[in-house]
Amino acid sequence: MDAWHFTEMPYPNLPPLDTLSTMRVSIPSSLYDPRIGADLYNHYLDEHMIADDLGLNMLLNEHHQTATCINACAPLSAAVLARQTSKGRICILGNPVANRGDPIRIAEEMAMIDCISRGRLDVGFVRGVPYEIFAANTNPTQTVERLWEGIDLVTKAWTTTDGPFNFEGQFTHRRAINLWPRPYQTPHPAIWITGSSDLDNIKRAAARGFVFATFLQPHEKVKWMFDGYRSAYQDTGLPGGGGTAYMPLVYTADSDEEAEKGARELTWYLDAKSEPQHRNPPGYVPVSFNVQALKGTFTGRTDAMRKQSIEYLRDQGVIIYGKPDDVAQQIKRLYGLVGGFDHLLMMQQAGHLSHERTVRSMTLFAKEVYPQVRDLARTRPLNARAAAE
Amino acid sequence: MTVAERTADIVNVHGLDIEVQTRGAGAPLLLLASEEQLEAQSAAVADLARDHKVVMPSPPGFGRSGRPDWMTSPDDLAYVMLDLAEMLDLEGVPLVGFSLGGWIAAEMATKDDSRFSHLVLVDALGVKIGGPTDVDIQDLWIQHPAKVAAMKWHDQEKGRRDFAAMPDDELAVVARNVESFARFCWEPYMHNPKLKHRLHRISVPTHVIWGENDGVCTTSYGRAYAGLIPGASFETIGAAGHYPHIEQPEAFGRSLRAFIA
Repeated sequence: MDAWHFTEMPYPNLPPLDTLSTMRVSIPSSLYDPRIGADLYNHYLDEHMIADDLGLNMLLNEHHQTATCINACAPLSAAVLARQTSKGRICILGNPVANRGDPIRIAEEMAMIDCISRGRLDVGFVRGVPYEIFAANTNPTQTVERLWEGIDLVTKAWTTTDGPFNFEGQFTHRRAINLWPRPYQTPHPAIWITGSSDLDNIKRAAARGFVFATFLQPHEKVKWMFDGYRSAYQDTGLPGGGGTAYMPLVYTADSDEEAEKGARELTWYLDAKSEPQHRNPPGYVPVSFNVQALKGTFTGRTDAMRKQSIEYLRDQGVIIYGKPDDVAQQIKRLYGLVGGFDHLLMMQQAGHLSHERTVRSMTLFAKEVYPQVRDLARTRPLNARAAAE
Repeated sequence: MTVAERTADIVNVHGLDIEVQTRGAGAPLLLLASEEQLEAQSAAVADLARDHKVVMPSPPGFGRSGRPDWMTSPDDLAYVMLDLAEMLDLEGVPLVGFSLGGWIAAEMATKDDSRFSHLVLVDALGVKIGGPTDVDIQDLWIQHPAKVAAMKWHDQEKGRRDFAAMPDDELAVVARNVESFARFCWEPYMHNPKLKHRLHRISVPTHVIWGENDGVCTTSYGRAYAGLIPGASFETIGAAGHYPHIEQPEAFGRSLRAFIA
């Protein structure tokens, strides 16, 4: 199992949350102090460099117009880390190719970072969460189609080495595509994709050998998704590559008391506020979901995890916290409950959790937990192959 | 009203299934509903159906009509509605459109208004009047639903819909209408930059009706829109928002009937 350090790079220095209607989309930037922002950026990048020193990999993502994530341009952070770190893998999870609308520019950025890092880059793609729609002004009714057309075009651009080709798709029209540089890794970096309940999407990822990642979901649902991935991986002839990845909040501490305190601070992320129209733009989810929304039984994909007790979240594998042996035990339990997975994506910093306490938690994880879970078998593709034979 | 006077059919328009509802009997009138399709059950339409055959097609993506992936704008929908008018042999009929339906009707009239006797646009969307930072049409998708409701309605009670009491197949139509509205009108937001430059082609008598309290697109927008159509008249209805025909059906009926008489 590979372990990854992650923070969304929040800007938590906000007025009391009960005075804000939203932390996303329309929150005024007068609430952002560039001097505080400068400190935060440097702390967060330092934490990734420390993760690299500790033998962890580095996971990045991006969001826009939100205090929950000031990493608005993940390729920039990845470029910094490509140059300033030397061992760990770097993954952007992911490039919002549907929202950015220029797959070729993404292909170029990723190829450059892959070369600068000497092949340490994994490239994730995301459809983009609902509230991202507004900042990007992407038509919310066709983001899945845009995502897949974008991924296919990026992949073709990376792997076409004999000169230019033209592309006239549904959403992108480009002439004479001829990527310089091409990626360091041949034929191209590993591709990751995220999902939460769209099984067709999961199966499509499996069929192409992409790593499938999901975040902060109850373990039964994670198992359902990973089983879907694994079965499609079999059904489509073990395409090679791939794997499964899960992200919980993780806090490792010297004492139970400090562990719970830190875990509660991480739940700042789950409490991030947004207005209802930002959570479900028209046509972002299928009609069947919106029928439930009209009845009041569906309020957005991420709502289910909010306002749950920390004990419930720990039982579900959404938050993992404790002293090192407890953390290792919870990871092993989760691993068993979901049928195994390959990548543990750890949100080890969120909200106001300080640099010092974040680093202490990361260090305890790397030195005392990771050795206990590192050798958990990769389930994908190894188990799938074994099962097929 | 007898059963025969109230029908819903699926018409195949060059390979595309289009739902067509009709109400009443008499001189035909082609009516293009608003994005929420509030009209079929409305008092305004019931009144028109007393002496008209009110033909209400659902444009692609709305009601139970199909929605091909290649269609991206109300401009595309207008061609389908023109094809349908031809198939139904509608000649010399008034064309009435509400909100998005008004936009589609305006697009149709710029392409070919030879089948229509009159054009009536009610709080129609579709043109950009101001500059890049002017909000001609309020953003219905990024603002809080409570605020949007206040912009749409003078009296929000008149716009309230009891979704809890609706069966799933009707809720699916509601949800699909919301989705299709976004599919066709997301960007450019609620307008076709080219329409403004085509409105001069409209040659049928045109009447523009506007809710005095429309907070989605105000009467000054409506006036400017009417000013782009040769000879168009403009009239407001008091105590009414974006759907004046729903809030003030009698005043709306008087205005419409006086114009098409």
